[in-house]
Amino acid sequence: MASLRSFLQCNFDILRKTFVILFVNVRDALNQAMDEELERDERVFLLGEEVAQYDGAYKVSRGLWKKYGDKRIIDTPITEMGFAGIAVGAAFAGLRPICEFMTWNFSMQAIDQVINSAAKTYYMSAGFQTVPIVFRGPNGSSAGVAAQHSQCFAAWYGHCPGLKVVSPWNSEDARGLLKAAIRDDNPVVFLENEMMYGVPFELSEEMMHKDFVIPIGKAKVERQGTHITLVSHSRCVGFCLDAAAVLAKEGVECEVVNLRTIRPLDVDTIEASVMKTGNLVTVEGGWPQYGVGAEICARIMEGPAFNYLDAPAVRVTGVDIPMPYAKILEDHSVPQIKDIIFSVKKVLNM
Amino acid sequence: MPYLNISHFWGVVVSSRSYADFTPEKVDLHRLEEGPPLTSTLTREDGLKYYRTMQTIRRMELKADQLYKQKIIRGFCHLYDGQEACAVGIEGGITLSDHLITAYRAHGYTLTRGGTVREIMAELTGRREGIAKGKGGSMHMYTKNFYGGNGIVGAQVPLGAGVALACKYLGTDQLCVSLYGDGAANQGQIFETYNMASLWKLPIIFICENNQYGMGTSVERASASTEYYKRGDFIPGLRVDGMDVLCVREATKFAADHCRSGKGPILMELQTYRYHGHSMSDPGVSYRTREEIQEVRSKSDPISMLKDRMLSNNMASVEELKEIDIEVRKEIEDAAQFATTDPEPPLDDLCSHIYANEKSFEVRGATPWTKLTSHS
Repeated sequence: MASLRSFLQCNFDILRKTFVILFVNVRDALNQAMDEELERDERVFLLGEEVAQYDGAYKVSRGLWKKYGDKRIIDTPITEMGFAGIAVGAAFAGLRPICEFMTWNFSMQAIDQVINSAAKTYYMSAGFQTVPIVFRGPNGSSAGVAAQHSQCFAAWYGHCPGLKVVSPWNSEDARGLLKAAIRDDNPVVFLENEMMYGVPFELSEEMMHKDFVIPIGKAKVERQGTHITLVSHSRCVGFCLDAAAVLAKEGVECEVVNLRTIRPLDVDTIEASVMKTGNLVTVEGGWPQYGVGAEICARIMEGPAFNYLDAPAVRVTGVDIPMPYAKILEDHSVPQIKDIIFSVKKVLNM
Repeated sequence: MPYLNISHFWGVVVSSRSYADFTPEKVDLHRLEEGPPLTSTLTREDGLKYYRTMQTIRRMELKADQLYKQKIIRGFCHLYDGQEACAVGIEGGITLSDHLITAYRAHGYTLTRGGTVREIMAELTGRREGIAKGKGGSMHMYTKNFYGGNGIVGAQVPLGAGVALACKYLGTDQLCVSLYGDGAANQGQIFETYNMASLWKLPIIFICENNQYGMGTSVERASASTEYYKRGDFIPGLRVDGMDVLCVREATKFAADHCRSGKGPILMELQTYRYHGHSMSDPGVSYRTREEIQEVRSKSDPISMLKDRMLSNNMASVEELKEIDIEVRKEIEDAAQFATTDPEPPLDDLCSHIYANEKSFEVRGATPWTKLTSHS
């Protein structure tokens, strides 16, 4: 990591002059964000399984232990409930922990500490006790990891007041939102995606600045459109953009909204878009029942945007089953680009 | 013949014993070569302080019982009477710059950690001047270096280890006392915490308040091993009489020295007893006999024990202690009066304290048209 950084630094001037954009993959964006925040604030530290000497199960924390040592990058035993509780207690006492779950599936072992000890404490103490903690890790489906390792937790954590829940899509999101999350004085659930770790994206000079943060709670319109709004988060944002490219050839212009934050939900941005286009399809990897899409549709029903709908709002989601293993089954368990295109055409009555 | 303190007349204390040495009954050790010292010196000043604090906790809890039966306190109310020597003794062995966390039987600790009777009682009655502004209730009271009051059995133990980690990380010589009961002692997360606290040599004192019953289940029915001071396995442990405030204090001092010298965690079991049931919904006599409760009251009451000691060693007079009793009663009465007349929290406060250091935002009410505001 250090060598990549120095490579980037050395070549910055040349690149700047020739306006070449840097390509950084999501993993490196997360890594750089943590590195910069560790450097900026002594109270920030990282704990989790294999985060230190192994460089991270998914290499997201590569190089950090070498740079910061045992005190700030801590390998834990395989005891989620215990180390999540320890992380929350450290936050109570003034530190700013980053608690990594190797995947969010394992957070279920520790969910009581996330909800009852972290999320609710500021409220129960009437503002006396803050909990400046970030819980992060890969969320949702991966490739061939089967049912127990593929669940999306956006809806579960998004349900709870007191938490902020963030779901980045690309490197800009990953970098800006993780820095914002670490600087936030509240408990943040940071949902990454393993399939996105290796995907490179352009990062501008402004985005590479060490104080670049993206506000939590603000969605981004990734693509302007006029006929229909596609609202999504995490990896599915990419699918929406791919679907939009295909649909554009048939004259359908999709507006793609990247939620970036699950909680607090940026209803204003979604409403403004729906009031412009008159049609809505939500896209998510998680299960349909009581999910993120369900919440968005309910909010649209209850708000001013309902009167602008030309057709009922519809959700594209993961299939309502535990994730199977065989490739053909797995491929048919998650929303595909063709599902998004199909749904858009149905909604637009094409 | 009761000794007469004539300081009231002449402003000078004449020949009252200013200190006395006591020998604790018994300390059981696990993985420790030696335990706390076998003699303890009690100064008159400390004795009176402990007496007053224990009496305050006792009377406060009894008043809470009364208010609960009048339905002025609602929900869960887990009373601490009988266990006062634990909270007071522990505080006697540490300082207010150390940290402490416990479970839901927390009123006594809220007091010893710096809360006032007024704000504790007003929290129980759910009023705006409550220590948590009425937002927390019996189980969620906080003050400086006191992290509650925690409702989920066992969760407070890893939290306490996290506080201890922060103490070590920040280079202070502070420690964290992390309390749990005999019922919680079987929680998996506590064993996870023993492991990490040991690995990382965290300055934590684990304290098991063994009051013999986890709700309605006696220790023999819940635990394959009831030697809770040994359950930390690789963690050194000691077991002391939790009804004797001096035993608790000496054990705590010993444990604190152990932590501060960088040796890592230590585990203390305090053998104690609660007079009330598990909570106000539990009469407490279906799983134990009234005779047992009465026997503990007559033979091991922590306040009586301290009182007898001070009197028989001429460290205080009967009148002096009675004077304290009267003052304590008055304090409790005033607090109860306050707690029943202070207004309830304003509805504007309903959605506040969701996020810290955030500008105000809208919160959905019970209907889509009810738009409420949250302030930090």
